[in-house]
Amino acid sequence: MPVVKIENLIKRFGKFTALNGIDLTVNQGEIYGFIGPNGAGKTTTIRILLGILKATEGKAKVFGMDAWKDAVEIHKKTAYVPGDVSLWPNLTGGEVIDLFVRLRNSNNKKRQEELIERFNLDPSKKCRTYSKGNRQKVALIAAFASDADLYVLDEPTSGLDPLMDSVFQECIKEVKDQGKSVLLSSHILSEVEKLCDKISIIRHGKIIESGTLDELRHLTRSRMVVKTKKPMEALDMIKGVHDLEVRDNIFYFQADTEELDNIMKYIAQFGIVKLESAPPTLEDLFIRHYMGDGGES
Amino acid sequence: MSNRFANTKILAFFILRKDRIRILIWIISIVLFTVVIGSMLPNLYSTGTDRQIMAETMKNPAITVMLGPGYGLDNYTDGAMMAHFMLIFTLLAVGIMNILMTIRNTREDEEEGRTEIIRSLPSGFLSPLTAAFFVSAAANTVLALTAGLSLYSLGFESMDFQGSMLYGASIGTAGIFFTSLTALFAQLTPITRSALGYSFGFLILAYIIRGIGDVESELLSLFSPLGLILRTEVYVNNHWWPVLLTLGLSVILAGLAMYLNTIRDLGAGFLQPKSGKAEASRFLSSPLGLALRLQRTAVISWTIGMLVLGLSYGSVLGDLEGFLDSSGLLLQMLPESEVFNLTERFVGMLLTILSILAAIPVLIFILKLKSEENAGRIEQLLAGAVSRTKLIGSYAFIGLAAAPVIQFMSVLGLWASAAFVMEDPLSFNILLKASMAYIPSVWVMAGLMVLAIGYLPRFTGAVWLYLGYAFFIAYLGDMLKLPEWMDYLSPFGHIPQIPLEEFHASKTLLSMLLAFGLTAAGFAGYRNRDIHG
Ligand SMILES: Nc1ncnc2c1ncn2[C@@H]1O[C@H](COP(=O)(O)OP(=O)(O)OP(=O)(O)O)[C@@H](O)[C@H]1O
Ligand SMILES: [Mg+2]
Repeated sequence: MPVVKIENLIKRFGKFTALNGIDLTVNQGEIYGFIGPNGAGKTTTIRILLGILKATEGKAKVFGMDAWKDAVEIHKKTAYVPGDVSLWPNLTGGEVIDLFVRLRNSNNKKRQEELIERFNLDPSKKCRTYSKGNRQKVALIAAFASDADLYVLDEPTSGLDPLMDSVFQECIKEVKDQGKSVLLSSHILSEVEKLCDKISIIRHGKIIESGTLDELRHLTRSRMVVKTKKPMEALDMIKGVHDLEVRDNIFYFQADTEELDNIMKYIAQFGIVKLESAPPTLEDLFIRHYMGDGGES
Repeated sequence: MSNRFANTKILAFFILRKDRIRILIWIISIVLFTVVIGSMLPNLYSTGTDRQIMAETMKNPAITVMLGPGYGLDNYTDGAMMAHFMLIFTLLAVGIMNILMTIRNTREDEEEGRTEIIRSLPSGFLSPLTAAFFVSAAANTVLALTAGLSLYSLGFESMDFQGSMLYGASIGTAGIFFTSLTALFAQLTPITRSALGYSFGFLILAYIIRGIGDVESELLSLFSPLGLILRTEVYVNNHWWPVLLTLGLSVILAGLAMYLNTIRDLGAGFLQPKSGKAEASRFLSSPLGLALRLQRTAVISWTIGMLVLGLSYGSVLGDLEGFLDSSGLLLQMLPESEVFNLTERFVGMLLTILSILAAIPVLIFILKLKSEENAGRIEQLLAGAVSRTKLIGSYAFIGLAAAPVIQFMSVLGLWASAAFVMEDPLSFNILLKASMAYIPSVWVMAGLMVLAIGYLPRFTGAVWLYLGYAFFIAYLGDMLKLPEWMDYLSPFGHIPQIPLEEFHASKTLLSMLLAFGLTAAGFAGYRNRDIHG
């Protein structure tokens, strides 16, 4: 049974359609990346999953239960870090962490203290005096200190410094080792690339691409850097070669994955001196989708 | 120098544009209210005897405590009556308007981080505050002129031009005073809610001090801005000095606020937040615990505040007794039974008013849920294993449970100080019974607030408006000879005024059922709607 199952989810705010038929499945033990441009509908999807917003149409299930009706039951095993953490100005960080953990009915004081240590938070300060990153740490500590099976994280690291970011990544890995699932929405693509097993790209309230990182790459191009003995001619006439640039007799271009074989055969005629190929970064993928020239999509 | 005020004009116009509807609604409602009552009065008491009886009744210290001293009672003209009935209420309304308006444009903007953006633009560091002052000055001037001219245009002989303009100037000046005061409080504390609390606390205190002062000591009243403004004796002697004095005070307060604004950091106040406990107490482990913890200070202050209010109302009952004994004229004019009932009648009225006031904290405690939602903090609670019923239930519970406690405190205050000053003290039992009879009415108001939060949180303001209506009817319904059905529209209007009337079990039960139904409906709505933020 999948941990999260969303089928044909539609959410309208008045006349505006924020989500227009989302499908998404997170299986047990998966770390699932959820990316997309601003206003694409990530937070809205997550809020529906948490039973904070009510779906207009479609299904949203967590642990096989209805996200809206069985919210309380689901939340006993779900930890959430919102994108915009607002805390009670006159409670201390420590008090808020305790409160959140208790509301989730878990109680692991030792783990909590260890996390406070690792995230380097002063829990006796009032929340009003915390910086943005420190507020985020409060929510993260409360989430990881809870004994949850699903972690829903909405841009949890946008305010963290690199050191804290690596603590966060360790925490995710620990959670994964325990066989728990994570749904992570983020704009920090390197992080998603590093952590996630599967990724969905959402745009205008629709999932436009999903799969493992490799599967997504498959649809796209590799970056190539080539130098040949004999001057190469008419490379740009070859099918599957894009964005060709030549500097100092070095050829920089992108190659469609399915045409790679033909391209290599062509280049080989000129005698290869140097050949570098890099898989496209998530950023390349992303930019292509964002720009709307995704071709096949 | 001028750099400190750079771009103030643009900011002022921006505030005007952003708040124009809000400001217009306030001005129109206040002027309309003034004019409607102003035009009604002359027809109500048309004969000479009517007026004389009225004037005599208005000498009653219980009335003085509520409305302020009556001027020109020897020749109780329409204008004198109008000013006596209406000025204090209008001052309160204008005070509320200015407190809310000023907080929005000062501390709230700052706490929400909007001021930071403004200050990062080429605007001076005093510009946002100065712009808020300008807008308030403009709004209050328009209010003063419209109110004054409208009253004059009613064309009653005793409401002459000078008097009408002074009436307008009085409310406009009070408005400016409360703007300055609120701006000052907004500098002291970094928390919007506290600044709001201090400002409203001051308004209530000013009202109480004036009430006691008007009966016991003229000098004391001058220490209250409301008492000071009433000394204009509008339509009787038309003194302008209180207006000028209040304006002067406002300028000083505004200057002080500006000075404090220059010597503090953006986002900070002068009351530094302390560190606290690194761990939550056992208590803080449920939505109810959290709601109580967040409102601890508010609950305690309101409870004490209502005790003080009860004490101060009670303190005039001795004078009331003396007044009734000595008022031969009233005895002549009214049937004897009615005169001897007067104490009880006024006590009954005081209890009604106290009960309506008790609804204010009750509504505030429930309304906190909405401000938590607006601040985006409800989301994280609901993401815990917390049901919506439990969440809204916690806030509703605090409100509903606070009602009897607060009622008890105010009636205790009333009884204690009455026992001290009266020769023939009131029985605590009867007072308690009379006061407790209103609890279901307070609950009905609470139920309405829960209903609003459950379905249409944008319209919680309507509940306040309804409470304002109840307050107004209880205060002036009799004197304005308003029809009975208007009284019945208020949840407080059905309740028998013990000891004058008999306790009415079925009415109490009905109110309770209504309150319960409204609350339950509100819960259902809350379970079914989107939570925003
Ligand atoms: N309460 C609401 N009423 C109306 N429209 C809304 C509401 N909440 C969100 N929207 C709209 O729904 C769309 C999706 O918003 P959402 O917050 O889910 O985006 P997001 O993908 O999380 O963006 P970001 O990356 O900026 O966080 C946006 O166009 C937003 O304006
Ligand atoms: Mg978002």
